Amino acid sequence: MTTQMFGAPIRRKEDPRLVSGGGRYLDDLGHDALAAAFVRSPHAHARIVEIDAADAVDVEGVVGIYVHEDLPGRVGEPLPLLIPHPTLTHGRTGHALARDEVNHVGEAVVMVVATDRYVAEDACQRIRVTYEQLPPVVGIEAARDGVRLVHDDVPGNVAAHMLQEVGDVDAALAASPHTLTLELDIERSACTPMEGRGVYARWDDERGELRLWSSTQTSTGVRAAVAAKLDLPLAKVECIAPDVGGGFGVKIVHPWPEEVLVPWAARLLGQPVKFTEDRREHFVSAAHERGQLQTVTIGFDDDGRLLALDVKLWHDNGAYTPYGIIVPIITSTQLLGPYKPGAYRCEFWSLYTNTVLVTPYRGAGRPQGCFAMERAMDAIADELALDRTEVRSRNFILPSEMPYDHGLLFQDGRPLKYDSGDFPASLAKIKALVGWDDFAAYRATAEAEGRRVGLGIGCYVEGTGVGPYEGGHIQIETSGRVNVSTGLTSQGQGHETVFAQIVADELGVRLEDVHVTTGDSRKMAYAVGTFASRAAVMSGSAIALAARKVRTKALRIAADALEVSPQDLEIVEGTVRVKGAPATSMSLGTVSVLSNPLRYAFDEAAQAATQFAGTFDPDKPPVADDDEPGLEGRDFYSPTQATFANGMHAAIVETDPVTAEIRILRYCVVHDCGTMINPMIVEGQVHGGVAQGVGGALYERMAYDESGQLLNASFMDFLVPYASEVPTIETDHLETPSPLNPLGIKGAGEAGCIPVSAVIASAIEDAEGFPITRMPISPNDLWELRRRHAAGEIPSLHRATRTAPKETTA
Amino acid sequence: MTDVETLHDVTVTVNGVRRTAAVPARRLLSDFLRHDLRLTGTHVGCEHGVCGACTVLVDGAPMRSCLMFAVSAQQHEITTVEGLGSSTDARVAPTGESLSPVQQAFAECHGLQCGFCTPGFLTTVTAYLEENPTPTNEEAREAISGNLCRCTGYQNIVKSVLRAAEITAERRGEAAASGGGEPA
Ligand code: FES
Ligand code: FES
Repeated sequence: MTTQMFGAPIRRKEDPRLVSGGGRYLDDLGHDALAAAFVRSPHAHARIVEIDAADAVDVEGVVGIYVHEDLPGRVGEPLPLLIPHPTLTHGRTGHALARDEVNHVGEAVVMVVATDRYVAEDACQRIRVTYEQLPPVVGIEAARDGVRLVHDDVPGNVAAHMLQEVGDVDAALAASPHTLTLELDIERSACTPMEGRGVYARWDDERGELRLWSSTQTSTGVRAAVAAKLDLPLAKVECIAPDVGGGFGVKIVHPWPEEVLVPWAARLLGQPVKFTEDRREHFVSAAHERGQLQTVTIGFDDDGRLLALDVKLWHDNGAYTPYGIIVPIITSTQLLGPYKPGAYRCEFWSLYTNTVLVTPYRGAGRPQGCFAMERAMDAIADELALDRTEVRSRNFILPSEMPYDHGLLFQDGRPLKYDSGDFPASLAKIKALVGWDDFAAYRATAEAEGRRVGLGIGCYVEGTGVGPYEGGHIQIETSGRVNVSTGLTSQGQGHETVFAQIVADELGVRLEDVHVTTGDSRKMAYAVGTFASRAAVMSGSAIALAARKVRTKALRIAADALEVSPQDLEIVEGTVRVKGAPATSMSLGTVSVLSNPLRYAFDEAAQAATQFAGTFDPDKPPVADDDEPGLEGRDFYSPTQATFANGMHAAIVETDPVTAEIRILRYCVVHDCGTMINPMIVEGQVHGGVAQGVGGALYERMAYDESGQLLNASFMDFLVPYASEVPTIETDHLETPSPLNPLGIKGAGEAGCIPVSAVIASAIEDAEGFPITRMPISPNDLWELRRRHAAGEIPSLHRATRTAPKETTA
Repeated sequence: MTDVETLHDVTVTVNGVRRTAAVPARRLLSDFLRHDLRLTGTHVGCEHGVCGACTVLVDGAPMRSCLMFAVSAQQHEITTVEGLGSSTDARVAPTGESLSPVQQAFAECHGLQCGFCTPGFLTTVTAYLEENPTPTNEEAREAISGNLCRCTGYQNIVKSVLRAAEITAERRGEAAASGGGEPA
């Protein structure tokens, strides 16, 4: 066997290209394309009275100006509702260009196409849109009270109302020795990848074909959506995701209005057209997430074991629901984390507001759920004067109870059934890593120095690798080059490397001979997309299965030619050879020649193959009935359910007694994503997730005013953390293989960000001695909480009054 | 109704090559490099000077090319990410690219994921290490604290800075040992 690639921290194949300026992102393509720019609504809620473009049409370089009325047929119809759900009784989607009414600041109203972006924006500035303003609905409370409506025909602003219950929660609560209720609030944040959205389309008039490139997380999805919108046969549309500068969820939505309009304009004008989103547009016309109000009522016994969990949540879905209600569904199921909840009920309302629409952002409802559950665990510990980790461990699902079925339906409509995980082992690791048991001593020392410190913890379980399927295709050329393709896309996860690692091991070839293509519908037309931490699980498994097919075929052909049995062969570094007699061998390139009866001697491999002429049988066709020419194979992986990864984080924070500044002194992560293909890449995913989590816990919030203006729609005002804000992240791993897929892997993409708000809240609460129920939290917020606590408006934690009295707060 | 914009001839030296183009006065340097000269390695993440993705070296100093007009770069020397591999301490990677110590370090330390922010970090760090060849961990973190990355959480970028300092020292040592000759 060659050096094992699977499991090794291999350097990424994509990097030499990317560090030398060789990346090709959306706006790096199509230098000859016309540029599209948009007039977007300045109002959160208004009727469009008139659009006057008279001053814009004469701008030198303007090619076309389009409003909703100009959009023919399906192009002008509402955008699709991608994921319907029976409880989504009032799903609404927008139009590619607003028709009659706008429902959030940033909604596209007019498209201008011009020779370049500067000119297109000049023209946009000369277009006057007259609006009749309508009262806006901003914030969850305003949506919930239903006095004002976002959509006239949606009573109470309720898009969806869903209830899942396991057991009799009311009875269990009534019988519980202790009950507590927590009111929790998480604000909006957003993915904000460094590259915004973008789409570029070329229409080939001679062939009647459309080729488009989109900075997307699903090129097959965009392709199908655009074909349907433009009434083109699928066979006449191709979509390619070039290098994508980050996604984190927002680029899974398809089609974005621009993804419909740009190809439409390219066909109409017979010229290539491109749209590149700018930063402000990304803030006001892409998508946000996270905003939820949550009421959690728990019943528990004297030992801190949960007997009943009753959750009500109000989810802000923004102006439209193109992506359905995936986010609150995930919150309501993944909230359970590693615990047995006793009787469980979750009821949610998904509400319209006149703000940017909401679609999954890395974590996708889990950070909010984890926040709810972990705040509840801390509250139980505080109530009963128990160690916070002890309460958690008493409620854990144990390894002996796996697989564990919660009796609920998960986001994929399949049972929420954990496949594996060792939560006690994870807890032991995180306690050791952060020094849980030594913290009291550390705190005493810090307090003696006048410093205020706190320790926090958060645990989560993440369903990853949801179906329905992904495919892998592998073809070995006569040169020995191995081409691998899978349809899902890449936004920095290192797929070129990890999938090559899998293939190198499965086939027995050198890593450098493996070339992976993702997100190109010409290479693999059947694919779902990159989201829900599914790429490694789904495409990794599919590619492994495809590689096994190719290997079997290679061995069969080689065995024939070498006149041995396939069982006696092995493949090492791209050479098929007889075990124990390596001189009897042929390269995979030669096998590839032999696999195709059409053999012009173009290259050395073909010439080399002539020595293995084989026996000629005039009664048999050159390609057997059940065979195909070529050394290639394709397979799909389709699991019965998601596989569940888990992790536990702990942090030590320091809060300044005077300024209320919050500093993370240590941040520790224990992570179990099953077998790791490349630990270096997994660790990178965890780092990135934690950084986004820190942003969500301490810095990032979408500041809407009451009129629905987003006040911080720039990187100047919306505080994405710099290196100075992200702590050093200490990590440890556990590998509990998944029994569900051929490689034992679980997803890793989202994990890092899930528990961060819960952990930081837990630590700040521990430092301050009063409950933290609202995230993110700024020094200003903390200062205000201290003031209210001092005024007696916020109760102290029990443990703060139980221990020696602390110095009074500011 | 509107006039054709007046164009100005701009001549700059980019990555050692003199380039001339006629551009409107308002053309950003970032757009000039990317769309007029088709050096698309320089990226635009915000267009308001905050993210640092567009950082290029102007006469050796890091500048945000989205905050500069192309016409104000007249007669200056600009280095973009595409030019970093031409430095004397660059070495050819097995995959064929010529990589400077900073580029090499980012590839070794997994200092990038999607790679969109990376050119801005590479140029920033290149200029920083010229002035500060032996940074501490804290200094390395400080040095990159003006650039945004949404993917990596910065841990491995800090490592990359430290590793780049090492590689630079190694390669300069080699060069000195071999009589200061230019590597191929
Ligand atoms: S694009 Fe220039 S600083 Fe962000
Ligand atoms: S690597 Fe993606 S933004 Fe930095």
